[in-house]
Amino acid sequence: MKQKITVAVSGLNNIDSPGPGIPVIRALKESKDFDVRIIGLSYETLEPGLYMHDLVDKSYQIPLPGAGIDSLLERIYYIHNQEKLDVIIPNFDAELANFMKIEPLLKSDLGISMFLPTQEQFDERHKANLYEFGDKHGVDVPYSKMMFSTSEIPSISKEFSYPMVVKGKFYDAYIAYNAEQVANFFNKISAKWGLPIIIQEYVFGSEVNVTALGDGKGNAISAVPMRKLFITDKGKAWAGISLDDEELVNIANRVISSSKWRGGMELEFIKTAENKYYLLEINPRFPAWVYLAAGCGQNQPEALVKLALGQNVEPYKAYDIGKMFIRYSFDMIVDLKEFEQISTIGEL
Amino acid sequence: MKIKKNVAISESGFIFNPTTGDSFSTNPIGLEIIRMLKEEKSKDEIRKSILSKYITDDSTFEKDYYDFVMMLQTNQVADDSE
Repeated sequence: MKQKITVAVSGLNNIDSPGPGIPVIRALKESKDFDVRIIGLSYETLEPGLYMHDLVDKSYQIPLPGAGIDSLLERIYYIHNQEKLDVIIPNFDAELANFMKIEPLLKSDLGISMFLPTQEQFDERHKANLYEFGDKHGVDVPYSKMMFSTSEIPSISKEFSYPMVVKGKFYDAYIAYNAEQVANFFNKISAKWGLPIIIQEYVFGSEVNVTALGDGKGNAISAVPMRKLFITDKGKAWAGISLDDEELVNIANRVISSSKWRGGMELEFIKTAENKYYLLEINPRFPAWVYLAAGCGQNQPEALVKLALGQNVEPYKAYDIGKMFIRYSFDMIVDLKEFEQISTIGEL
Repeated sequence: MKIKKNVAISESGFIFNPTTGDSFSTNPIGLEIIRMLKEEKSKDEIRKSILSKYITDDSTFEKDYYDFVMMLQTNQVADDSE
């Protein structure tokens, strides 16, 4: 008999640059051990997940991360009062800092469990600190440097050769082939995500990614590698395939073991023609393609819920190789009443 | 020349390299050559087999075989380990 639980999930923006919420929910709905009621947490009224009633049982708007932890706490207390939440899975980088701060309080006051990285883990894998992270945990990382002003471009141009990668602190990355493009991307990214901007050495090769789950004690519960087969103009995978790449899985296991990573994560690598792996980024939550892991036999969201609830989870040993995911989009027809309801009372 | 052990080759000539995620398709003669390479047959043995079955000459075989195995190597389907 399945255990009945209520899980709140954010990241319902199932758009062309999708959040991981809907894939996480699909994986949870396929759990063999849980009968899951899903509570959607949204920031915008047009997040498609709000209207996917076959996946999301009830939704609530929550305050934007910039509003701070007091308003978030107040809202979670309200939602918990209605829904009796067992677990919350936040899926946005930008909201994680707030959720990490309130994790102990939610556990002690309301009995709500989460399974998030520690503040130290969250900070040390930050794009601005990734080079030092690689050094510490024995993983090759392209050389990178923080940049705070376009006046630094002449010195950056001397230190890095073109092309170089210009990255935002949370999202966005562009390849710049000259100083003018660096300035252009600096302004474009900083206007959206703020400072610093990260300049990273460009490494030629193919991009391979791993979705993984660490138990916080140094064990990798799951790691599934994937190569993007079709990439959108925003750099997001529209199709991908699971790989038989032992070396890549070993590197992921090493990172988890050495950092004692707690929670879901995505590791992004470039594999060079010489079969060398360079870690480009660590995302401190599941990626939007995490459903592929469930499709390959490793249901990472389900395992994360078990870890959050303090249940014993044995590491997965195998996954299906050569399984593909192909995204698609379709138009939902939504009654204006529903849009009105989420827009006015913040619940649907 | 050796076909990598984990490369999957179907009856229809579909080739999948699970390490890189790349897939390819080949025609029946390409499939035949790949099968012989998998059986670790030498280039001479492959030449004899192809020349006995198809209307072609030695120099055409030589050129096409070279092109084909280069393609297999470039796409990491085969190792140059002979």
